[in-house]
Amino acid sequence: MSTVVDTLRLTAEEAIGLVERRELSAGELHAAYLEAIAERDGELHTYLRTVDEAGGPGIPIALKDVISTRGVETTAGSRILAGYAPVFDATVAARCKAAGLSLLGKTNTDEFAMGSSTENSAYGPSRNPWDPARVPGGSGGGTAAAVSAGLAPWGLGSDTGGSIKQPSALCGNVGLRPTYGTVSRFGVVAFASSLDQVGPVAKTVRDTALLYRIISGRDPADSTTVELPAPVELPDGERLDGLRIGVPRQAVALEAIEPGVREAFDRSLALAEELGAAVGECDLPLSFDYGLPCYYLIAPAEASSNLARYDGVRYGPRSEGETYREMVERTRDHGFGDEPKRRIMLGTYALSAGYYDAYYGQAQRVRTLIVREHREAFERFDVLATPTSPTVAFPIGEKAADPLAMYACDLLTIPSCLAGLPGLNVPCGLSEGLPVGLQLIGPQFAENTLFRAGHALEQALGLDLVPERLRT
Amino acid sequence: MAISREQVLHVAQLARLDLRDEEVERLTTELGAILDAVSKVAELDLADVSPTSHPLDLVNAWADDEPHASLPLDVVFANAPARENDLFRVPPTA
Repeated sequence: MSTVVDTLRLTAEEAIGLVERRELSAGELHAAYLEAIAERDGELHTYLRTVDEAGGPGIPIALKDVISTRGVETTAGSRILAGYAPVFDATVAARCKAAGLSLLGKTNTDEFAMGSSTENSAYGPSRNPWDPARVPGGSGGGTAAAVSAGLAPWGLGSDTGGSIKQPSALCGNVGLRPTYGTVSRFGVVAFASSLDQVGPVAKTVRDTALLYRIISGRDPADSTTVELPAPVELPDGERLDGLRIGVPRQAVALEAIEPGVREAFDRSLALAEELGAAVGECDLPLSFDYGLPCYYLIAPAEASSNLARYDGVRYGPRSEGETYREMVERTRDHGFGDEPKRRIMLGTYALSAGYYDAYYGQAQRVRTLIVREHREAFERFDVLATPTSPTVAFPIGEKAADPLAMYACDLLTIPSCLAGLPGLNVPCGLSEGLPVGLQLIGPQFAENTLFRAGHALEQALGLDLVPERLRT
Repeated sequence: MAISREQVLHVAQLARLDLRDEEVERLTTELGAILDAVSKVAELDLADVSPTSHPLDLVNAWADDEPHASLPLDVVFANAPARENDLFRVPPTA
């Protein structure tokens, strides 16, 4: 353990307090995290690279390796970007800098954020701090595992179909996928542009809200962004009086949900009722039946288009060829791993002549119905609740050879992503000694409601979220 | 609905991927299984439903037409695998 501070328990708010009161310098705090990383990251492999010195007057932050950082290698977990040093900062990285935060390092991710376990990283998997034989979730498993293992006070992830929420659930911390359009994607390696969102991962709901306040808001460099309709509020209430929580019948009926996950979820709903919330059932039949297939057409189609830019011409390692086309084809075959290739192939097929309307077009129509179903549910409820992941963290290797089994990890997180809605993962208990996450979904721009609900539940639950094996 | 080996090769051409033989074999099987699963969307009759391409109801996002400096060329070429003068150098197209 670090001699100056216990990074396993220190929240970002507490860390900010230490620095503001000059009890600790930014440099000392940065060094304390580097010390923790030196101690534990050999086993966990949450970072792809770290930064030696504090670059700002504030506390450190870990950024998922899909976020461009000027002069600091950014690979998106892929060989095709090995050695790539961005010549500009992503807007979210620049906003963190402007807020005084210093970059601690770049965290591991499934290649191009495609995966639910980090096993698809070209640089090897990250491990779950609760049990290193298990995955931390994905794609943002590096950030989530780093935060839970005390290797970063907080961090940023990116979420297309669950890449923030699911790893936060599996590692036992708080993760927000914000409303589509509230956080800039400028400088973030694109996966599926109608779905991609950047969001915070932290130990507490208040830390998550604080970081969301820093990164959100319109960015002239990303025309899909909008100004927040209301400022971000740091939650401090303990009650949930008047809050209407809807539980989608079709979500909780899924057989894939493990009994231990179900128990923790049910207990958290009972607790919400004790705090004054009204819990009722709602119906989202198409969202949970057709959400997954809809997503696995839309996301690969958009990915196949976005990943066309990796051609060995302007950046990245190039494979030699006699002709331009040979060079491009070899560069892409050598540079992309199995999962991006699968999705590029699937997406290219779904967009190709004769199939476009049957696949991509049809999926976009299904998406309309999913948007509509959620809108109707929010006429009766303020938030919707489901487990975030049907299972706790699974063993490394268990799903690696079965793409469809891996895709099903995001069964519960995907529908609201398709609808562009914000979702918050809040730890709600343990099953088999591993964290279980509660997913709270709100209408567009309802982050403050999610923070209030998440904070009250977090306080009432009072869980110790330091992985048991790391407690001293 | 399975996908044939010939279709996989055709799509690989479109996607500019020089797949090795064993990759073609594996992808033919895997894509077949994935397509079977995602084809579920075809069950729904959605002729009257309009497609959603973007989850926010945004109509136009205008930017002020203000000129600003571009990146210097040496910065632009910083990651280039091959540069010749102020151009990215690539092999001949044929």
